[in-house]
Amino acid sequence: MVTVRIPSALRPAAGGEGRVPASGGTVGDVLDDLIARFPGLRGRLLDDEGRLRRFVNVFVDGEDVRHEGGLARPVGEGQEISIVPSVAGG
Amino acid sequence: MSTFLIGLSCRECGASYPADARSVCEACFGPLEAQYDLDGVRRAMTAQSVAAGPPSLWRYAPLLPASFEHRVDLGDGFTPLTRAERLGAELGLRALYLKDETRNPTHSFKDRVVSVALTRARELGFDTVACASTGNLAHAVAAHAAAAGLRAVILVPAGLEEGKLAATAAYGATLIEVDGTYDDANRLSSEVADESGWGFVNVSLRPYYVEGSKTIAFETAEQLGWRLPDHVVVPVASGALLTRVARGFGELAEVGLVEPRPVTVSGAQAAGCGPVAEAFARGDEEIHPVRCPETIVRSLAIGDPADGVYALREVRASGGSMVGVSDDDVIEAVALLARTEGVFTETAGGVTVAALARLVERGAIDPDETVVAYVTGMGLKTLEAFAGRFVPAARISPKVQAVAEVVPW
Repeated sequence: MVTVRIPSALRPAAGGEGRVPASGGTVGDVLDDLIARFPGLRGRLLDDEGRLRRFVNVFVDGEDVRHEGGLARPVGEGQEISIVPSVAGG
Repeated sequence: MSTFLIGLSCRECGASYPADARSVCEACFGPLEAQYDLDGVRRAMTAQSVAAGPPSLWRYAPLLPASFEHRVDLGDGFTPLTRAERLGAELGLRALYLKDETRNPTHSFKDRVVSVALTRARELGFDTVACASTGNLAHAVAAHAAAAGLRAVILVPAGLEEGKLAATAAYGATLIEVDGTYDDANRLSSEVADESGWGFVNVSLRPYYVEGSKTIAFETAEQLGWRLPDHVVVPVASGALLTRVARGFGELAEVGLVEPRPVTVSGAQAAGCGPVAEAFARGDEEIHPVRCPETIVRSLAIGDPADGVYALREVRASGGSMVGVSDDDVIEAVALLARTEGVFTETAGGVTVAALARLVERGAIDPDETVVAYVTGMGLKTLEAFAGRFVPAARISPKVQAVAEVVPW
């Protein structure tokens, strides 16, 4: 099992929870598991071709998955996956 | 003068939201933008009403997303637009202007966004404001929070320039260094924003924050005699400034303060962290984030620019270019600007001037065009980057002859 951190903008579509346990061997599997339970998340996280939407950033233990194989990145037991919207500069 | 803000809408899907503390569309995760009653603005905002306003960005209050009455204003904006004849002569431009943002209260254009964001923060009832920053935003938030009596919590990547750290901590802000890059601090700030309920200016208050950047375009037009320039060169970090400059010019035309005309918008990045310039060169619409920025230009070292895609579109649609410049060229451009115009800019301004020179060399700018370069921050903030470059010519004993040996007369 891993823990997925849900940002406030997505909480209405994820049962109101800020942290949700999920399972899967890759980031893609974990998101699929999440979407199976909260179908409203699909269109918010993934585009029509099943890729991460442009403004959705996914981090595994703080590392941006786009640098590490994207949805195919493996995840291990106990890791934290964080979904984060893009942020303006500073 | 009150605001004509009517709400927020999603840039991607158009969904509407009330003007509260939210920045992301719940339907598609796209960024939210402020919407105004432009008919109302057209009636309320004239060249005369603007001229009667204060010498700060709040003279454009009808097109800002917070009310004039609650403003947190340290004298932000309304910086000089200087005719740069000597720099223009060096570069081969006959109508070059500099927007000198070093003159802001904390010496960078970030005072604009923070003045607007903290005004809105007060209206929305926040008692703590926060940000992730490469340094200039930190400085601006700390100063404005102090003046407004708000608590400030600031996250920066470890190892920023000393001047930026001291200038932030001096105001009593809680300054926290985060191991990692700006993008790490930024991700953390987004997560903390959700848990803490603090008003993160570039997260929860982002739709209001970014609107402050438009005022640099409003002033450019007003200071040119209510006329739009031909070509502008804007430094790009997150891309928000560039997109807002373009939006600012567009809004002025919409409310009838200037004649509509196309403005070519070009962007400047450091080659060591130039994801938008790289996408432009590839002919790509997608931005590939830079994982480990390697440049002396700390204030532009954002590897994953949130508005990068929009900045890229704006540059292409306007017929402009994105330019990436080397750190060596940045230092030389800082020196060139200082010795020709008497303006000492931080490295980001060097990026802009170096990119401007490159655009002229390439023939992308006509010598007779009215060109505005945005010099976004002050050189005293990035002294480390100039170590060994700007130094005394000699150290002498206090004797007349010793001076003559250094500078013969």
